[in-house]
Amino acid sequence: MSDTTQERAGPVVGDPVIEVRDLEVSFSGRTSLLGGLMKKKAAVATAVDGVDLTLHEGEVLALAGESGCGKTTTARAIMGLIRPNGGQISFRGKPLGRKLQSYRRVVQMVFQDPTASLNPRQTIYESVAEGLRIHKIHEGPNGEGEEELVARALSRAGLRPPERFYLLYPHELSGGQRQRVVIAGALVLDPRVIVADEPVSNLDASVRGEILQLLLGLRDSLQLSILIVTHDLGLAWTVADRVAVMYLGRIVEIGPAEEVLLRPRHPYTKALLDVVPEAGGIDRPILQGEPPDPTRVPRGCRFHPRCPVVASGEAATLGIDGKCRGEDLGLEELSPGHLAACYEASLRRGPVTPLLPEPSASETPRQVDP
Amino acid sequence: MSVLSVGDLHVTYRTKGGDVPAVRGVSFDIDKGHVLGLAGESGCGKSTIAGAILRLHSPKTKIEGNVIIDGQDVLSLKPGRLRAVRWTGASIIFQGALHALNPVRRVGDQIVEAITVHKLAGEREARVRTAELLEEVGLPARRIDDYPHELSGGQKQRVMIAMALACNPSLVIADEPTTALDVMVQAQVLQLLKSLQRELGLAMLFITHDLSVLVEVADRIAIMYAGQIIEEGPAEHVFHDPAHPYTKALAGAFPAIGDARFRGKPAGLGGDPPDPQHVPSGCPFHPRCPEAIAVCPTLDVELWTAGEDRRAACVHVSGAPVLSESRE
Amino acid sequence: MITSPHQPDDLTVGTEAAPPPAPRDPKKIKWLRRKRALAGFWLVYRQSKMGMVGLILLVTFIFLALAAPLLVSRTDLGVSDPPGAPFLRPSGEFPLGTDDFGRSVLDLVIYGSRISLIVGFAATVMTMTVGAAVGIIGGYYGGKTDTLMNALTNWFLVIPWIPLAIVLASILGRSLFNTILVIGLTSWAGTARLVRADTLSVKERPYVERARALGASNWHLVSRHILPNVMPVIFANTVLTVALSILAETTLSLLGLGDPSSISWGGVIFDAFDAGALSAGLWWWLIPPGICICLVTLAFTMCGYALDEVLNPKIRER
Repeated sequence: MSDTTQERAGPVVGDPVIEVRDLEVSFSGRTSLLGGLMKKKAAVATAVDGVDLTLHEGEVLALAGESGCGKTTTARAIMGLIRPNGGQISFRGKPLGRKLQSYRRVVQMVFQDPTASLNPRQTIYESVAEGLRIHKIHEGPNGEGEEELVARALSRAGLRPPERFYLLYPHELSGGQRQRVVIAGALVLDPRVIVADEPVSNLDASVRGEILQLLLGLRDSLQLSILIVTHDLGLAWTVADRVAVMYLGRIVEIGPAEEVLLRPRHPYTKALLDVVPEAGGIDRPILQGEPPDPTRVPRGCRFHPRCPVVASGEAATLGIDGKCRGEDLGLEELSPGHLAACYEASLRRGPVTPLLPEPSASETPRQVDP
Repeated sequence: MSVLSVGDLHVTYRTKGGDVPAVRGVSFDIDKGHVLGLAGESGCGKSTIAGAILRLHSPKTKIEGNVIIDGQDVLSLKPGRLRAVRWTGASIIFQGALHALNPVRRVGDQIVEAITVHKLAGEREARVRTAELLEEVGLPARRIDDYPHELSGGQKQRVMIAMALACNPSLVIADEPTTALDVMVQAQVLQLLKSLQRELGLAMLFITHDLSVLVEVADRIAIMYAGQIIEEGPAEHVFHDPAHPYTKALAGAFPAIGDARFRGKPAGLGGDPPDPQHVPSGCPFHPRCPEAIAVCPTLDVELWTAGEDRRAACVHVSGAPVLSESRE
Repeated sequence: MITSPHQPDDLTVGTEAAPPPAPRDPKKIKWLRRKRALAGFWLVYRQSKMGMVGLILLVTFIFLALAAPLLVSRTDLGVSDPPGAPFLRPSGEFPLGTDDFGRSVLDLVIYGSRISLIVGFAATVMTMTVGAAVGIIGGYYGGKTDTLMNALTNWFLVIPWIPLAIVLASILGRSLFNTILVIGLTSWAGTARLVRADTLSVKERPYVERARALGASNWHLVSRHILPNVMPVIFANTVLTVALSILAETTLSLLGLGDPSSISWGGVIFDAFDAGALSAGLWWWLIPPGICICLVTLAFTMCGYALDEVLNPKIRER
């Protein structure tokens, strides 16, 4: 049972709100004319290759990894901006259909670049009111008018007094304020879930804390669920309840933040934590090379070409070398709520269950029967 | 013995909207084999300094003070001498390396160009040297004939580093060299920079907004705010035991994983970095400072002693002039 | 840039001249915003000397065109009862002399401005509407739609317009409407290309994606995000198109394809050529209409230049 909920005086994590099962998103490259004539198949990049995820009410889940790992694509698929090639996304138990209008009211997105996210020709008022106008909402649940709803959203996002911002344009605000406007635009529809894609990486360092504080505060006061996509594990440490680490289209480790960040199981997670500056000094071992091209996913465990366990021969010693190089694997629960996809990690601790190619356990922090 | 000595540097941009004082009186020295880290956020003037050192700004920009590289005052050099100093005396690894390479020329040719323009070697010799440089930065020599789009972000950055070293400069200015890179690649590039710097005994000015990176790479750190240096000292001390309230806030933005103080409590600072055209009076940080006192808006702050081998521009440090309310 | 004093939860706007709190009625907010936008636009436009000169010139000509019926009596333009003797040199009574019928050339030039400007504007409206529509539809929807629109655009782009004009004139007859039609048909493709390129770029911008994430329909995206942001390109192009349309009308009239019953600058020059004015040295008949055409084209170009600066802050002079 996760201890994070008891450590904070915040709200207890609740029921599942968004469930993702076996998500697959691929992009096909273009074939040259000649290649097409020769019937060469275009290279297919599987950006997301079988991802399972559950976001609970009131929870902050960090989706971490380097660029190209598929975290942004996953977030976009959850938002309905990309149509998945396989798998299913459900909201409160109901799978998403083709019509996403009502879904869009309850799941909102905050993008990375606050400056580019706002139409430079629209005033702040219009940018925030846009959501209401799109969904043709003319009054709130208690009869509030459009202006009142906009004012409330701006206030909640920390821009007070809201009227002062109505006629301003994005270029007249600072980066932090713009991001607050984007958040206000997301809040105005009273969503249940916010998907934030690198919400603070474009902001100045000293301003980031405020925006993160805002997000946490909204989670507490409005019982929002927040999925944060980030490459910064320090950020995950600061705000996340659970952390999921992605590599080459799969989740390789997921669990409570304390567990994943302080007691990582997967070698990739360990490598990522090792390179957080200042963590180990400049002479510590650093993973060489770069993540492979998503069109050429390695056989077996997709991390094995760069894995220090394989490279050092330890995998051979443990007798799993063959599996690492040849057999693909899924997430395995190694301790309650903490899952990882690694033969070595599975060996060293956790239940002695056979390693299956399909994910066998769910990743909720509570005990659920598989 | 200083390789770079900057004295009371003032850089003012001339724009239609008025004068913009981007750098307002900055002084520092870098000795041979040392790395000075310059940290700060947008608008603080750090990138302006990089350009000013090699006089890369437009002639309209007003630059005052002195910049002495290997004994020569760069600011008073004639264009001919200046061109000679550029790249051979000091070179820059630019911000946004992903766009700093000419996309229609092979990367090898671009490095060769740097060497031949300075007449350091003929074409053939330059190519040999280029191949060596590429190997030194961890790229296979055959990459010499690749075009920039055939390289990844990390590889392009390595090419930029090779280019910066092409003419054996005494000083390398690294302007946000790892900002656009992934954490893993960033670590690789930092490791490369550090090892090259040690091996070649380079003096380096490392400019970044990421304070945590400097702790690994720099010997000393100087923090900039609103065009001035507001704290400087040995890297470890400045990061782990900051004297200036701004440095404390900045360091707090890069929490160590495992530090319980930051779990669930993001450290933030209200307000925004000031617009260089509207710098607050007195201490430029006072509107955002959690430790501001009554005298701060009117006190002209300087770098005062804040401990052994450290200075900070804050009324609360030990070396600040004694004022009735500033003693705790 | 707004610097705010440090207060943890409240961010108050503290600029040199903080704007007063906006009214609370959405309609009033919209109106205020429009007013402010216009005022801001004018403020920047005013600073461009070229733009002001162009604007003054333009306003003068438009005024001339509007006031023409008052300045010139219809009867003076009729060929049956001309006010003066033919081929008169410029004098006090006829500052620009007379044509082959004895009509005052000055009258003709003033009255001719109407047709020239009307055709110019009308053809531009057609060009802009069709061009922008095709460009945006192709650029926004992509895929097969884009391929189709592109093909259409390229087809029209390639047609040499003078032969087309001749063909159309012979089939449809020479009239004002046909003149406008021909000019519109041959100019819209250039605009479409430009607009399509800009649409492709605007379409990818994060704020468009954000609107999509909010649940916007295609119509909402195009009308509220794509179109307003493509407007600068359309606008700058419009200004040039008017100038080119006027030139096109002149060319058509000069070739004898214009409306024979209406008076335009091109028509006046055509008549002059036809009557042998060039070899007879009747410069007062040939040159004034030409100068007017040049001035109007120049005026539009100068305005276009200034507009470019207003709408694209990056190219303003530092």
